[in-house]
Amino acid sequence: MLSAETDILKAAESWRRDGRQVALATVVETWGSAPRPVGSHLVVDEDGNFLGSVSGGCVEGAVITEGLEAIADGHPRVIEFGVADETAWRVGLSCGGRIRVFVERID
Amino acid sequence: MKLETLAILNAERAARRAAILLSDLDDGGQRVVREAQIGDDPLADLLTRHLLSGKSGLVTIEGRQVFLTVQVPPVRLVVIGAVHISQALCPMAAALDLSVSVIDPRTAFATPDRFPGTTLVTQWPDEAFASSVPPLDRYCALVALTHDPKIDDPALIAALKAQCFYVGALGSRKTHARRVERLTEAGFSAAEVGRIAAPIGLDIGAVSPAEIAVSILAQIVASQRKSSAGQVAGTPGQAAGSSSQVSGGA
Repeated sequence: MLSAETDILKAAESWRRDGRQVALATVVETWGSAPRPVGSHLVVDEDGNFLGSVSGGCVEGAVITEGLEAIADGHPRVIEFGVADETAWRVGLSCGGRIRVFVERID
Repeated sequence: MKLETLAILNAERAARRAAILLSDLDDGGQRVVREAQIGDDPLADLLTRHLLSGKSGLVTIEGRQVFLTVQVPPVRLVVIGAVHISQALCPMAAALDLSVSVIDPRTAFATPDRFPGTTLVTQWPDEAFASSVPPLDRYCALVALTHDPKIDDPALIAALKAQCFYVGALGSRKTHARRVERLTEAGFSAAEVGRIAAPIGLDIGAVSPAEIAVSILAQIVASQRKSSAGQVAGTPGQAAGSSSQVSGGA
């Protein structure tokens, strides 16, 4: 698990060195049965290519969108996902957990 | 995050040294504390606790939310002796995400048939550490299981010198008493020799090879995770054997 997270950090560095715009997302807090542990990473470039996961698929789309916005404006941000009724299947966690994700641009 | 910060994290990882990244979630401010700098850091206690547990996490420092990304090198397990216990030990160790190598110069023992999917090195330990196997370090556990001092002793010596966080040796108390004499003659202090877990494994009354493997792995996990034993792995720059928390099983 740890080595996989490091592979993502290595990819983030090499993508950036290749001249790509890159954002990194990190799970910073979880409640309930969150699918990925605190410290899990996802890296995304300006074209939406990504590696890693923060939730096992449930909210990756939204995290990638936030990553693209962080690439555009340079502001780090913290976003929270949880189950919210009818949005649960859209940008929530079907497992019933909640997660907070820190998203930052690599400068 | 600045690219330089990310590069430091990756470089420390590649060098098999621990590091902690502190990210202020409110303003995005960040810094990396390398393993060797933790003792001098104003947050030394907090960072040491996180390093020992190996777990990243959110903390509040002076009213600010700070995320600690804890990066600890992956633990390696080096098994000396392609013996029956090792056959049971290797798949269990893999399930614990330990990266395993088995070293045994006796080619009759170290066969791929007996160890499917395991890295096997058919060399003497000293040769192996000088060539095929990455050097031992503090994030390695070494278990010596051959019963043969010609094979076990050089590996134990290398493990003590490299300050492996766990060093265990199979053998009865009598066998171990003779081993202690040899290592003492070789110049190791009582504290250094005392770091060897012998008889190996937690005392769970293990009988079969698989049960002994469980007791060994449980002891390795305890050395890694329990704070008293973890100091061996978590306190940088300690003289070898200055803390002998890893005690024998029985």
